[in-house]
Amino acid sequence: MKNIGPILTVVAAIFVLWYAGAVALNASWAYDKAKRANVEITFSEMVTDTMNQKKPKLPAPHQVGKEIWKTTGEMVVKGRAFSKRSLIYHSWITLSATLLGFAMGTALGVSLSVGIVYNRTMDMSVMPWVIASQTIPILAIAPMIIVVLNAIGISGLLPKAVISMYLSFFPVVVGMVKGLRSPDHMMVDQMKTWSASKGQEFWKLRLPSSMPFLFPSLKVAMAASLVGAIVGELPTGAVAGLGARLLAGSYYGQTIQIWSALITAAALAAALVAIIGVIQKVVLKRMGMA
Amino acid sequence: MNDTVISATNLSLTFETNDGPVHALKDVDLDINRGDFVSFIGPSGCGKTTFLRCMADLEQPTAGEITVNGVSAAEARKSRAYGYVFQHAGLYPWRTIGGNIRLPLEVMGISKAEQDKSVQEVLELVHLEGFENKFPWQLSGGMQQRASIARALAFQADILLMDEPFGALDEIVRDHLNEQLLDLWGRTNKTIGFVTHSIPEAVYLSTKIVVMSPRPGRITDVIESTLPKERPLDIRDSPEFIEIAHRVRDGLRAGHGDD
Repeated sequence: MKNIGPILTVVAAIFVLWYAGAVALNASWAYDKAKRANVEITFSEMVTDTMNQKKPKLPAPHQVGKEIWKTTGEMVVKGRAFSKRSLIYHSWITLSATLLGFAMGTALGVSLSVGIVYNRTMDMSVMPWVIASQTIPILAIAPMIIVVLNAIGISGLLPKAVISMYLSFFPVVVGMVKGLRSPDHMMVDQMKTWSASKGQEFWKLRLPSSMPFLFPSLKVAMAASLVGAIVGELPTGAVAGLGARLLAGSYYGQTIQIWSALITAAALAAALVAIIGVIQKVVLKRMGMA
Repeated sequence: MNDTVISATNLSLTFETNDGPVHALKDVDLDINRGDFVSFIGPSGCGKTTFLRCMADLEQPTAGEITVNGVSAAEARKSRAYGYVFQHAGLYPWRTIGGNIRLPLEVMGISKAEQDKSVQEVLELVHLEGFENKFPWQLSGGMQQRASIARALAFQADILLMDEPFGALDEIVRDHLNEQLLDLWGRTNKTIGFVTHSIPEAVYLSTKIVVMSPRPGRITDVIESTLPKERPLDIRDSPEFIEIAHRVRDGLRAGHGDD
């Protein structure tokens, strides 16, 4: 608990900056309103107004907090946690695509890395494509994926998951290739002196050696997956999901709604990465490596 | 008891590098008999490790022939004829000491009950009883190297090949492990090939000392030790020991004369 002081200090600093930013950015609208109403407002009246505008340029933290509570906790209290107005419902839509995409991306990433490590042809040919795939802006390719998959009759969850997979397999490939190659020559030779098969070499030496490399990759992949799922909701005019909330918010200038969706997405990503962190700790501890 | 276990005839190995060919071994002839303790000594680059790796089929000779137990080195490796101890212990950090020793046995598909029995046996041989469930990082460097020897002994191979196993350890630990290794050799009657940089170590341990020289890697002298099989540490002060050490040093110096 020694860290609690510095953490609280940083959080407090963020809130101070946020409030200051809200006042600075929303002040002109407050003065405009006063001018049109032909009234003079004092500084403190102006500050009060910037904290409570309906469509502020930058909503104040408490406005976002209130909106999040209204669309999560309050809905639960009312027993409508999964109504279309609830952020829990929208988070779940995005989360399900994220998790499916993450699982697919991890599977694809691990298989590609095994191929790259064990097959010379794949080693020479696959990696450049893997890297090239990540240089294409996801915003450009996401609509294509959705259109193509829709043309062959696939819609809903899967296209979004495919976009998540597209983003999340990359860190897994890079991490796992490095991890599977981490045993030194001596350890590989040692396996040879026992005339171990390729399979035994993989399961008993290469895979366990790669664990410290796998988990950091999974953390990056999970965050990328969430971004992928949200991006996948943008070009489709999706009606549900955090991406859809962002899109609807920006159509109608509902900045508070946008910010509450953003904060929820960030919290979701943090929670997912934290879960992987816990699994990492447990696994490495059991392997005697933590 | 004098049958040949390892036999090399006209063995040569050339590495092709960007700076031209490197003759790691050139026309090497050697017979190792059952129960011998053979040390290979020489400066870096004399091919002693390469020679040992040829016996283990970890390196392919470019000319000549090498047989282990009367068959090719590759067949001997596949029939698990030898245990190999590397310069570093190379224990898997995610396995306990017992788990590490069990590793080759798992690879070879030996039953769980027999694995347990072997683990206990070899732990006793290297005096590591009670450390079965410790992780490698919980042991000192010397103990880790002993565990790695135990692992090489676990599957009952008759030949033990050791590549500078004590090179990274300090002198006191080294003396202690040398004594234990001799004791182990006496009890198990294995054939041991041992690569080293140290003259006292080679003379103290071996029944046969192979002196090698570099560029190209070749054997300059083979010394049959006249020391008795029973060797207390203070045998190193005896005139006989000093005489053999002297001959080894002469051999090393002669090999260095040409550069």
